[in-house]
Amino acid sequence: MSAVKRNKRDGRNRARFASGPTATVLRLVFSLAITFFGLLLVTFLIGRVLPIDPVLAAVGDRAPQAVYDRVREEMGLNLPLWQQFFIYISNVLQGNFGQSVLTSNPVLDDIKRVFPATLELATLATIIGVSLGIPAGVFAAINKGKWPDHVVRVIGLAGHSIPIFWLGLMGLLVFYMKLDWVAGPGRLDSFYVDFIEPTTGLMLIDTLIEGDMDLFWNAVSHIVLPASILAYFSLAYIARMTRSFMLEQLSQEYILTARVKGISEHRIIWRHALGNVMVPLVTVIALSYANLLEGSVLTEIIFAWPGLGLYITNSLLNADMNAVLGGTIVVGAVFIGVNMLSDVLYRLLDPRARR
Amino acid sequence: MPNETLLSVKNLEVMFNTPKGDVHAVRGVSFDLGRERLGIVGESGSGKSQTGRAILGLTAANGKITADQLKFHDVDLANLTPKQWRKVRGARISMIMQDPKYSLNPVMTIGDQIIEAYREHHKVNAKEARHRAIDMLDAVKIRDPERVFNSYPHEVSGGMGQRVMIAMMLIPDPELIIADEPTSALDVTVQLQVMAILDDLVRDRGMALIFISHDLQLVSSFCDRVLVMYQGLVVEEIKASALHEAKHPYTKGLLNCLPKMDGDHTDLPILEREASWAEG
Repeated sequence: MSAVKRNKRDGRNRARFASGPTATVLRLVFSLAITFFGLLLVTFLIGRVLPIDPVLAAVGDRAPQAVYDRVREEMGLNLPLWQQFFIYISNVLQGNFGQSVLTSNPVLDDIKRVFPATLELATLATIIGVSLGIPAGVFAAINKGKWPDHVVRVIGLAGHSIPIFWLGLMGLLVFYMKLDWVAGPGRLDSFYVDFIEPTTGLMLIDTLIEGDMDLFWNAVSHIVLPASILAYFSLAYIARMTRSFMLEQLSQEYILTARVKGISEHRIIWRHALGNVMVPLVTVIALSYANLLEGSVLTEIIFAWPGLGLYITNSLLNADMNAVLGGTIVVGAVFIGVNMLSDVLYRLLDPRARR
Repeated sequence: MPNETLLSVKNLEVMFNTPKGDVHAVRGVSFDLGRERLGIVGESGSGKSQTGRAILGLTAANGKITADQLKFHDVDLANLTPKQWRKVRGARISMIMQDPKYSLNPVMTIGDQIIEAYREHHKVNAKEARHRAIDMLDAVKIRDPERVFNSYPHEVSGGMGQRVMIAMMLIPDPELIIADEPTSALDVTVQLQVMAILDDLVRDRGMALIFISHDLQLVSSFCDRVLVMYQGLVVEEIKASALHEAKHPYTKGLLNCLPKMDGDHTDLPILEREASWAEG
């Protein structure tokens, strides 16, 4: 009987606020579209405001005025700004980011080539950072004020303050040059580079698809150092946040309830408290992952890693506007995507957010 | 009531070490408890809740418990290892917390939380535990136990949440229940309902009850005996039926604070305190 009553009430709510799964998805898509539109508007305006003349870049500075004017017209730069913007949007939506001056490839092809390298590095770093950072933070919180806590806090502080390029260079010096435990810069030894046909662009997966274990282990030995160094920074951040979220949760009443029930301390921490810690932590992890996906320029330079950060930086230094703006849009889209993912996870983890 | 002693407390002291100096929350509380219902009454800060927590060994980390005796049957509660505590908590002594809004885990279903309390102390399979939990929800007079079983704490009302709390704490069948202000966070209209449910279950199962509250009237109607606490001391111990014969001025003062239907309404009585009450 009460179920009937409840349905009726839900029905009324839906009429007023529009709830339910379909409406939720629609709302999500709508907000995504708005955000993406904003992103395009900003990149477009930046492209128009910058003091780089795309016509001049194409025709060179010795072209006669007539040629200059013709090319300008061909590029649509004589149209009103709003018309240019719509052309720009329709191009972007068709995956047309223009031509890169530097590589003379379509920008999209370039990004398809460099992004997997960054994706692979960032994903591996995040996996390492999460799987070590969460236990470290929990361990620090339950030993608050004792030496494990101090160790984790020093690691966290170091991760916050050591410059990444220094750590990268030191890592190469020690583990590559002196100890020779890992391979040096690049994604593969230069000898192997042309052996592998990019299927996914992720070296670890492509080599496995080809079933070539030598290549696979070579790729592992190349990625392990840069991934560990990026992971260290994400670990430090995640451990710090986990520690403070954990301390907050451990002082809540429901923890006392669990103790009254006679539950093991292990279960209280890893089931009761961590279940609640994961709710805010998922946002922290998502943001740190998105930051890494942007391409950590310094790490990519030091390890000669042909990723997105290196690509955007090179394009910027060469005033290759199409490539820079295309890269920016990809970074923005990645941020939007990761944010949406964390939003979905948040709802899954916290029943109070499911409405 | 034939009375073997369940719990024996002699000269219990709880001291907190705070940055502002030591706080002596409980100062030498003694009582013996049989299979009966004992009320502990006092205002905030009188040490009544800390007495309850000390019995379960759940005093906060900066607190220190000392007692000449703290015995439950023949278990010496003063010297238990964490492992031994886990066999006492929930299974033999349990506690009903104040506010279901904070004392239930927000990200676990109610069913999971009840099952967890049961399976910690009884080796049964998941199906049997679920069956038990739903029976227990039924026993606390929840009309749609299946639905509540699958709900999260934020989806039920305060009164419902406190029934869930009672179900969760009673399901392993402890011998002693400590109810720490179990109805203070609830609406006045559901306070008596919830209290009646708890009272019925405690009687049916022959459990002992320590009912901690600031509400003297409520305590006296659900308990056999009342301890009145003031600043960490027991100032008076009295039979609930003989409350009107209270001798201590503090108890009398508390009784006087109750509004009366008839009589003089012009002056609100003020509780006059004397420093001598706080001297052991």
